[in-house]
Amino acid sequence: MATIDTHPKTTPARTSARTPDRARRPRTGRRGSRLWVKIVVALLLVVEVYPLIWMFLTSLKSNDDYLNNSTWSLPTSWEWGNYGEAWNTGHIGLYVQNSLLAVVPALALMLLLGTAAGFALQIMVWKGRSLTLLVFLAGMMIPPQMILLPLFTVYFQTGLSGTLWPLILTYTGTGLPLTVFMMATYYRTVPRELFEAATVDGSGILRAFWTISVPLVRNALLTVGLVQFFFIWNDLLIALTFTNDQDLRTIQVGLLNFTGDFGATQYGPLFAAICINVFGTLLIYLFLNQKVMKGLTSGAVKG
Amino acid sequence: MHRVLGDRRAIALLLGPALLVYSLIMLVPMVWSLGYSFTKGNTIDGFTGNGVANFSRLFDDPAVRDALWFTLKYAVVVTAGQVVAGYLLALLYVFFLRRASALIRTLVFFPVVLPTVAVGLLFQKFFQVAPQTGPVNSLLNAVGIDSIDFFGSSGSAFWVLVAMDIWRSMGFYAVLLFAGLVDIPDEVLESARLDGATGLRLVRHIVLPLSLPVLMSSLIFSINGTLKAFDSIVALTNGGPGNGTTPLTLYMFQTSFTYSDYGYGSTIALLLTVVSLLVSLVVYRVSRRDLTEG
Repeated sequence: MATIDTHPKTTPARTSARTPDRARRPRTGRRGSRLWVKIVVALLLVVEVYPLIWMFLTSLKSNDDYLNNSTWSLPTSWEWGNYGEAWNTGHIGLYVQNSLLAVVPALALMLLLGTAAGFALQIMVWKGRSLTLLVFLAGMMIPPQMILLPLFTVYFQTGLSGTLWPLILTYTGTGLPLTVFMMATYYRTVPRELFEAATVDGSGILRAFWTISVPLVRNALLTVGLVQFFFIWNDLLIALTFTNDQDLRTIQVGLLNFTGDFGATQYGPLFAAICINVFGTLLIYLFLNQKVMKGLTSGAVKG
Repeated sequence: MHRVLGDRRAIALLLGPALLVYSLIMLVPMVWSLGYSFTKGNTIDGFTGNGVANFSRLFDDPAVRDALWFTLKYAVVVTAGQVVAGYLLALLYVFFLRRASALIRTLVFFPVVLPTVAVGLLFQKFFQVAPQTGPVNSLLNAVGIDSIDFFGSSGSAFWVLVAMDIWRSMGFYAVLLFAGLVDIPDEVLESARLDGATGLRLVRHIVLPLSLPVLMSSLIFSINGTLKAFDSIVALTNGGPGNGTTPLTLYMFQTSFTYSDYGYGSTIALLLTVVSLLVSLVVYRVSRRDLTEG
């Protein structure tokens, strides 16, 4: 386009080659000459992807192979058994199950309560709703360390300590600020008149919430749910605090203890355990990456 | 019509449960934790009041000073690294890769969703010396540099931590800032170019000022997160060597659960909360002033 020809002739060639251009503008055929861009991108890909490839290859090595051969080399024999060992002997299977049992109910509860609250705060009309929203928002600033000890005391005294309930409840509570905030934001795009009309047609406001508003924000529910899933699934602090019992460990706590338990001498299974964790998460992300990116950036408020 | 949307019973029914759970899990414990900071003891042995002893201990404790210093140093360095790396990547996406950037964006975003514990263990092995020389030390050896025991001194452990956290999160900041850069209207860039602004000058005088708001929100978001960093540090160094990489978050955790001193643990948590609020407030104020001047 015209802009390229209007560069002052005195501009050094290198600078003009780096002239920013816009995403939507057609290219003018300089792509091939941008060697340094290609180098930067190649370097970037190596830095992002090589550690994962290395981890995967190492997960297939025997202990001898890992300790005695070069760290760059391919496995001398491909020990797929490492995965079975991590899953069963290393209890990764049990930890995944615990994580699921804690995360799924917490997510369901958090989305249900958060959507209802978001509706009440954005669609319903009443005094003090902006203040209430602010109270919820303040929760995002609170470091989780501030609530750990009182909660620990309560869970201990009510006898919940030996179960997964402390995790479910804490995840629900700490996830609510972001969920309420994001759902209220999504409801902003839904016109109030819709619900007024529905009630004229004889449906109560609660029914209108459930049958009309929830399907309308279904997409948002998926996005928020995904973001929260990654936050909770990857949590260490809360899980570490409330799961003293080895049988209740979540996947992150289990993985952290793996080094101590028997991973310190069993490198193949240790890397297999890390791989299960990493590639499991990556798989979910790959299926839904646009939604995850959008959700994380629009919810970019949680520490 | 207002009667329908202002139905108090419906509001209570919709908002009530969320408010209740939020209050019970977050608000009440926060106040409760404040109360703990005036006590000594723990859940199992019981609590006894000990006035402001925890606070005077807080001021005299060299470990607190170290942890606070580490927390601030870590937050500043990692925040700067995350935002700068993210911004450079965003510029790359918008101005050099354009539409072709979708795949790169996805790949660079990979580490953002990965569990920190897994990433921590991976980096531990990646930078290790014994029992096996990790890829990084192998690379150093290949160019004739002796292996470095990265986790042997708190100085080098700090930098591995910084590298890991930037690796982990730059894709996120890149996408966030990318969204801000795409919002800059074409016409503005066009006319700036007609006026002769190219390359770095265009970035400095046009692109940077126009993306300042999203840069500032990234900064606040990043500093808020790095001050609370816990998982990555526990997984990579567990605060060591000694307590050379122990932030306030971890010191609070150790005090509370390793030494079962809930009172003092709560006092440290309170310090962390105050620091988080102060820092966010300062960044917010500074950014507001800059924006109105710019």
